[in-house]
Amino acid sequence: MTDTASKDADTDLPQARKRGLVASLELDMRLLGMIGAFIVIAVVFNILTGGRFLTPRNVFNLTIQTVSVAIMATGMVFVIVTRHIDLSVGSLLATTSAVMAMLQTEWLLQIFGFSLGHPALPWLAILGGLVAGTVIGAFNGYLIGYLTIPAFIVTLGGLLIWRNVAWYTTNGQTIGPLNETYQMFGGISGTLGTTWSWTFAVVASVAALYALWSARRTKQGHGFPVKPLWAEGAVGAIAVGAIMGFIWLLNSYEVPQRVLERDFEARGEVLPEGYTAAYGLPISVLLLILVALVMTIVARRTRLGRYIFATGGNPDAAELSGINTRLLTVKIFAIMGFLCALSAVVASARLSFHSNDIGTLDELRVIAAAVIGGTALSGGIGTIYGAILGALIMQSLQSGMAMVGVDAPFQNIVVGAVLILAVLIDIIYRKRTGDT
Amino acid sequence: MAETPLVELNDISIAFGGVQAVDHVSVDLYPGEVVGLLGHNGAGKSTLIKCLSGAYRMDSGEIRINGEPAEINNPRDARAYNIETIYQTLALADNLDAASNLFLGRELTTMTGLVDDGAMESETRKVMGRLNPYFQKFSSPVSALSGGQRQSVAIARAVYFNARILIMDEPTAALGPQETRMVADLIQELKKQNLGIFLIDHDVHQVKELCDRAAVMKNGKLVGVVKVDDVTTDDLLGMIIAGKTPEGVAA
Ligand SMILES: Nc1ncnc2c1ncn2[C@@H]1O[C@H](COP(=O)(O)OP(=O)(O)OP(=O)(O)O)[C@@H](O)[C@H]1O
Ligand SMILES: [Mg+2]
Repeated sequence: MTDTASKDADTDLPQARKRGLVASLELDMRLLGMIGAFIVIAVVFNILTGGRFLTPRNVFNLTIQTVSVAIMATGMVFVIVTRHIDLSVGSLLATTSAVMAMLQTEWLLQIFGFSLGHPALPWLAILGGLVAGTVIGAFNGYLIGYLTIPAFIVTLGGLLIWRNVAWYTTNGQTIGPLNETYQMFGGISGTLGTTWSWTFAVVASVAALYALWSARRTKQGHGFPVKPLWAEGAVGAIAVGAIMGFIWLLNSYEVPQRVLERDFEARGEVLPEGYTAAYGLPISVLLLILVALVMTIVARRTRLGRYIFATGGNPDAAELSGINTRLLTVKIFAIMGFLCALSAVVASARLSFHSNDIGTLDELRVIAAAVIGGTALSGGIGTIYGAILGALIMQSLQSGMAMVGVDAPFQNIVVGAVLILAVLIDIIYRKRTGDT
Repeated sequence: MAETPLVELNDISIAFGGVQAVDHVSVDLYPGEVVGLLGHNGAGKSTLIKCLSGAYRMDSGEIRINGEPAEINNPRDARAYNIETIYQTLALADNLDAASNLFLGRELTTMTGLVDDGAMESETRKVMGRLNPYFQKFSSPVSALSGGQRQSVAIARAVYFNARILIMDEPTAALGPQETRMVADLIQELKKQNLGIFLIDHDVHQVKELCDRAAVMKNGKLVGVVKVDDVTTDDLLGMIIAGKTPEGVAA
């Protein structure tokens, strides 16, 4: 919708135009730039670590470490696009995590008399957490939209409030171990395995090709110019290649023999000779992919998304067009709260317990991810995929440096510098292309 | 005239802090009529019509549409009365393209409820083809358009949705002679379709050519309403500058 950088708008006669390769493919330059940056980071660290960075195992870890921040970053895009900010996401994550931990270890047991292994426990806990997150987010949105308190203040206050509400919820205790089903959302304890991962890859590929095809058909239906068929094919091939390559990599990460032995023992069986299994796609990553998909559709294809971007571009115009910008603010922060709770599921499931400091400083990582991903603090501009790539780039830098043995303080210095540099590059890029 | 006015603005007042921007002003508008609003900068013209378009809430006064009292508290209410407005500031979201702006708040959707960008662009091409045939920048954000192109997007938005009452706040301020001509022709055409139009314009010649009546404001107060055929451009200028209505022409 807003990323028209590579689309040539001055003429609509396709045959009368000589197109460059990139123009024919109608690829998004910003997306290419970020993927380029990510590849450079990956290759450099791979060389520095003597090939350890791009092993299936490390890629697997990298993706599961990125999920929690990336999920929240997609919501932060909406917040920043509408010229707001949310400094409370880390604390909100802690509060919702505390609520879910208490629900599954105490409250639900007391209220419904469930035993600890009850199958409904994890789901009711997650539901409770999501409701809590959404309600708190909506309340923030109410303070900002209707009472017109600046988002910076509301969420700065929220940063302190919710961090300590979390503390009181658990009396400052670490709560765990969490329910086993619940832990499946954390990463390594919940993966699809080889077969289902390939199934996912095939379904995703077909869906991607169908999306390309139907977009082309819609354009043709209205008599708009479409890109040449070979270019369409190339984009499709790249998409399918990327999906298959990613799944292949994850499917190459084999479950260590000792873990298999333990699993078989637990079931009272003996590990057969030569038996191997791979982890495949983590459920948490699948969750992130779903969030990315839904949020992208919301951003580009729904009225809500259209109003979010319009309000970010010109709040007065949005208001004069009959958009209820106050209610819109409530919805945006409610979405943000919901996503914080979803991230809390992933984060606490990954740890296998709830701890007091869960999500500390996440607000900064989430904002940085959105901004590195091209979300403009002046509002009106940002993409969901950008924010996710931003989160991935940051996580790669951090874990790459850790693998190389860079001191923790210096890691943070680098990440901070990269944030500033990314924004500078974006500003220069926008000046060059005249794209706002 | 015996028929009921399309719009009656009765005794409208609104103040910002200490500034009485509009001070007990009454104007009406009949179907098929163009009423010009004249006045120096800061006279209160935009503020007056913003009470009708729902952008501001008046402090006191009454609005009647088709003779019935109308409650207009926000732009959505105004749209429900088929009131469309071209704002002086254009009120476009710069980061969105022409079609998204044209349909902002009233998007066309597919059967699944998702916004139908294809259909909206196609409609936008049609209406823009009539208003500004040279316009081709359909997929650029409107920030990439010239002032005149932006203005034509704002005009297209107001005329697309079958308005009954059209408010145009300096619609030709940024337009070239040819595009201004096109807007003038458009106003004539809309008039034939029985719309009522409020036209704010600083060009008294244009007002004399396009309008049936002219209302002149000065410092928030109504100087007078006259039939443009009864007065000369000098009379109008006199009303704007000196704030006096010539003898025996009040409409
Ligand atoms: N939102 C506002 N807040 C405070 N004062 C305002 C506001 N809007 C208008 N005013 C004041 O009200 C008065 C009338 O302004 P208005 O915009 O209606 O003038 P105008 O007749 O449209 O002038 P122009 O020809 O320059 O467009 C001015 O003194 C202006 O400063
Ligand atoms: Mg004005």
